[in-house]
Amino acid sequence: MVLESSRLTREVSSPEGNLTIVDGIDLGIARGESVAIVGASGAGKSTLLALLAGLDLPTSGQVTLDGQDLTRLDEDGRAALRAQRVGFVFQSFHLIPSLTALENVMLPLELAGDRQARAAALTVLERVGLAERAKHYPRQLSGGERQRVAIARAFVGRPLILFADEPTGNLDATTGERVANLLFDLNAEHGTTLVLVTHDQVLASRCDRTVRLDAGRLA
Amino acid sequence: MRGAVRQGFVSVIRDLRGGELRVLVAAVTLAVAAMTAVGFFTDRVEQVVVMRSAEVLAADLVVRSNRPISDLYLRQASASGLQVATGTSFPSVVVAGDSTALVDVEAVSENYPLRGQLRTSDKPFGQSVVASSVPQPGEAWADAKLLARLGESPGVTVAIGDARLTVTRVLDYRPDQGFSFVDLAPTLLINERDVAATGLIQPGSRVSYKQLFAGDRAAITDLRAFVVSRLGVSERIRDLSDAGPEIRNALTRAQRFLGLAALVGTLLAAVAVAMAASRYASRQIDTVALMKSFGAQESYVLKVSLAQLATIATASALAGVVLGYGAQAGLAMVLTDLAGSELPAPGLRPALGGAALAVIVLSGFALPSLVAVRRVPPLRVLRRDLSAPPPSAWTVYGAAAVSIVGLLFWQVGDATLAGWLVLGLLVLLLVLAASAALLVTVATRIRGSAGAAWRYALAGLARRRTSSVVQVVAFGLGIMVLLLLTLVRTDLLVEWRAALPEDAPNRFLINIQPDEVQQVTAFLEERVGEAGLVPLVRARLTQINGRTLDIDSLASERGRRLADREANLSSQLELQEDNSVVQGAWWSDTGAATGQVSVEVEFARDLGIKLGDRLGFDVAGEQFAAEVTSLRTVQWDSFRPNFFMLFSPGTLDPYPTTHIGSIHVTPQNGPDLLELIRKFPSVTVIDIDAILGQIRRVMDQAATAVQYVFLFSLAAGVLVLLAVVDAGRDERLFESALLRSLGARRSQVLRAAMIEFSLLGVLAGALAAGGALTTGTVIADRVFQLDFDGNPWLWLAGIVAGLVLVGGSGFLATRTVVTHSPVAVLRRF
Repeated sequence: MVLESSRLTREVSSPEGNLTIVDGIDLGIARGESVAIVGASGAGKSTLLALLAGLDLPTSGQVTLDGQDLTRLDEDGRAALRAQRVGFVFQSFHLIPSLTALENVMLPLELAGDRQARAAALTVLERVGLAERAKHYPRQLSGGERQRVAIARAFVGRPLILFADEPTGNLDATTGERVANLLFDLNAEHGTTLVLVTHDQVLASRCDRTVRLDAGRLA
Repeated sequence: MRGAVRQGFVSVIRDLRGGELRVLVAAVTLAVAAMTAVGFFTDRVEQVVVMRSAEVLAADLVVRSNRPISDLYLRQASASGLQVATGTSFPSVVVAGDSTALVDVEAVSENYPLRGQLRTSDKPFGQSVVASSVPQPGEAWADAKLLARLGESPGVTVAIGDARLTVTRVLDYRPDQGFSFVDLAPTLLINERDVAATGLIQPGSRVSYKQLFAGDRAAITDLRAFVVSRLGVSERIRDLSDAGPEIRNALTRAQRFLGLAALVGTLLAAVAVAMAASRYASRQIDTVALMKSFGAQESYVLKVSLAQLATIATASALAGVVLGYGAQAGLAMVLTDLAGSELPAPGLRPALGGAALAVIVLSGFALPSLVAVRRVPPLRVLRRDLSAPPPSAWTVYGAAAVSIVGLLFWQVGDATLAGWLVLGLLVLLLVLAASAALLVTVATRIRGSAGAAWRYALAGLARRRTSSVVQVVAFGLGIMVLLLLTLVRTDLLVEWRAALPEDAPNRFLINIQPDEVQQVTAFLEERVGEAGLVPLVRARLTQINGRTLDIDSLASERGRRLADREANLSSQLELQEDNSVVQGAWWSDTGAATGQVSVEVEFARDLGIKLGDRLGFDVAGEQFAAEVTSLRTVQWDSFRPNFFMLFSPGTLDPYPTTHIGSIHVTPQNGPDLLELIRKFPSVTVIDIDAILGQIRRVMDQAATAVQYVFLFSLAAGVLVLLAVVDAGRDERLFESALLRSLGARRSQVLRAAMIEFSLLGVLAGALAAGGALTTGTVIADRVFQLDFDGNPWLWLAGIVAGLVLVGGSGFLATRTVVTHSPVAVLRRF
């Protein structure tokens, strides 16, 4: 198992008392597997994703990513692990507006101190079909193009696991489908493990397995 | 419409509670507080300065006449709560034993002088002390020269007309003694109640009567109007505009210092307002998009924005005026000690000014970004990356420029100073922008060879080109203004004080006869020091280019006054160093032919004299003419004899001449001066220590006021830095979260931000130092006519200030940014 969680629980305090968002999740994901996490709004999908990726810490329980217990690592330790093993695709793309497409893709490599950042980034941009848009800023790109840049950024570091949070949620059906195709194609090419949060049944059905969340529990 | 106003109002109240508006409202409030505090404060200081200057009149307003003045004015003045005093003066002869002397009898009432103080001593040239009253009936105070002429000392009984008076003190100084270069008869100060007993005032006697008034400024203005409308044929009004040119010079400079200091605070606060407003506007985007998606039209949104601005303006103006009033009251308590008297109450004008300022600053610096928000596309509710088209650069900079220029003129009230400041700011902005762009290029080049944090910091600097330039410009401007204030407050004040050295002449010697010049010079060189005697001829200017001078046709009142009296003429071969020729050429450079005159430039302007004009003079019935070959500026406060009109050597030789000079004496020189006037009885010594002291006091008060004003500017500067850091905070929060989700360590993010802020700080600081040096030098030269040697430590001070302020605040801001959980931050965006 490349990613494993046991009794994973996340509570937040609210005026009405503690609220359990994620409630005792046990989950195992094998290397190369693609898993869709589905459920109604507020079911805790995004919180589960954040916990699995080490962006957030559980109230109790643990997460093991590539053999390392995330709950035992400090913030910087988790960051270092993310730099080497993890990629992200967000619903609202989250490109840095002041950087060009190429510079956005270079960013993860630059953070890891890779001197070949530019060449590697250009290769991936070419792969997603945006080589000629390398010097454009996010505001000059369409929504679909932006998400393709985000996908290029996610794959440029050759991650072990890719987390995608509603990757087609902000796109129209046609563009969304193209972006989804790209995501799954790259996933297959790189043999990446994919963890995908979505509302979209069609998208979920393209994954090897679907996990349904209901009020923070596995249904 | 009412719905929009209500929504604007409610949203501001809500955002105030929620903390969204804190920086913007704080910036406007501080601007208003600083300005009103400065306004209230300078209003009061100015009144004190005016009161100090009024000392040379011994009152705020004087009415003189050679006939008795009815007590109508006195009754009117007493009714409006003004202080009053009266005086009578006439020439007479005093007799003491066998000796007689011609005197100018000054008879004064209780309360005299209303401004300034009398000083007396118990023996001639003895230790001078302040007198708390006027001579009692039956007593008289005589000046040292009178006693010397009579060969008597205090205690002697003298006869004036039918009265017998005992000389009890030596009169050293009275505020309105004035000083002119004519030989004045020595003064005998007596009580006005003794005048009748002398029996000297008869029909046809040469008597001058005066009434003195002092008190509340508005009441004085009213009284002046009252007197002017009833002015008798022989009656003349004298007020502050009649004070000597040296006092007026010092006053103008003091006001310039205060104006400059106040201006700095205003501009700094305006920068903070602009930054905070743009952040507030960007935070309105979601609300506006939502309103528009529900069907709100742009005009409705615009009304909401305007209502928001009006609410913000009202709230901050009220808070600012209250704060400003409180602040100045505290400051005034400190200054009361320094002023040695109760400060008059401030006027209402600064409060109205504060309210106007809130409107001007918000219109110029907040309006463009807030009204641009109305153009956010409603699709923003679905596509969060969509935003409003930014307001056009012309609108933003145009509005700001109009506001700045308006504020400059309003605050400084001086086109020259305002002009140079605008020029300095423009040059600085250009230099800062160009240098920032240069750094960006260099950073891009060296990026590849640096460590990870350095590379990201440099890349960040290079990639955020616009925001980097904006930040360097904002920080640079803030630091420059702070440095400039340090310059103005210390270096320029030091230079100014140095222009009035401790050994400035403090006695004028007048009425030295031509045959005494050599002996007096030799005497002074042996006992006191060099006197540098210059010739003096009294003449009346009668013609310009052959046409009789028509006094009534002159436009300026000062010109009419100057033309109406005898002028002091002198001749010199070499130009004194406190004079400089601004038009034409000095004659020592062109052969020094006789018949040339050099005219002081303001005198020339007031009388309509131009280069090349031929001026005709009347010296005791004899006529002569001279051609204007140069115009000069004169540093009146150098306290050396200076003249409106100087002639080439030989021109004045045929006419009756006396000599005058100025010397610096110490208390030990008292016996020497006594011996001088015994040996040369015609020579008169005039004490100008009091006038010097008065000018120094004006300077000290101005310096203190500038220091207080500086505190407000400093607060405004800190607010600018907070606004700059705050404006970049959302972006940094987002980037930090993103970087960390992409695997950056906390220290990497923090180090990169620190490097970036430090680079910004160093660049901003260095450029600010350069800007401050340049602007300081230009202001010193063009506005204050001072030489200013730049302080090399300024560079270090600028860079350290930049590093500490920008690096420090950057560290504080980023430190909290990296402690936020990345997932929580990502969800907010």
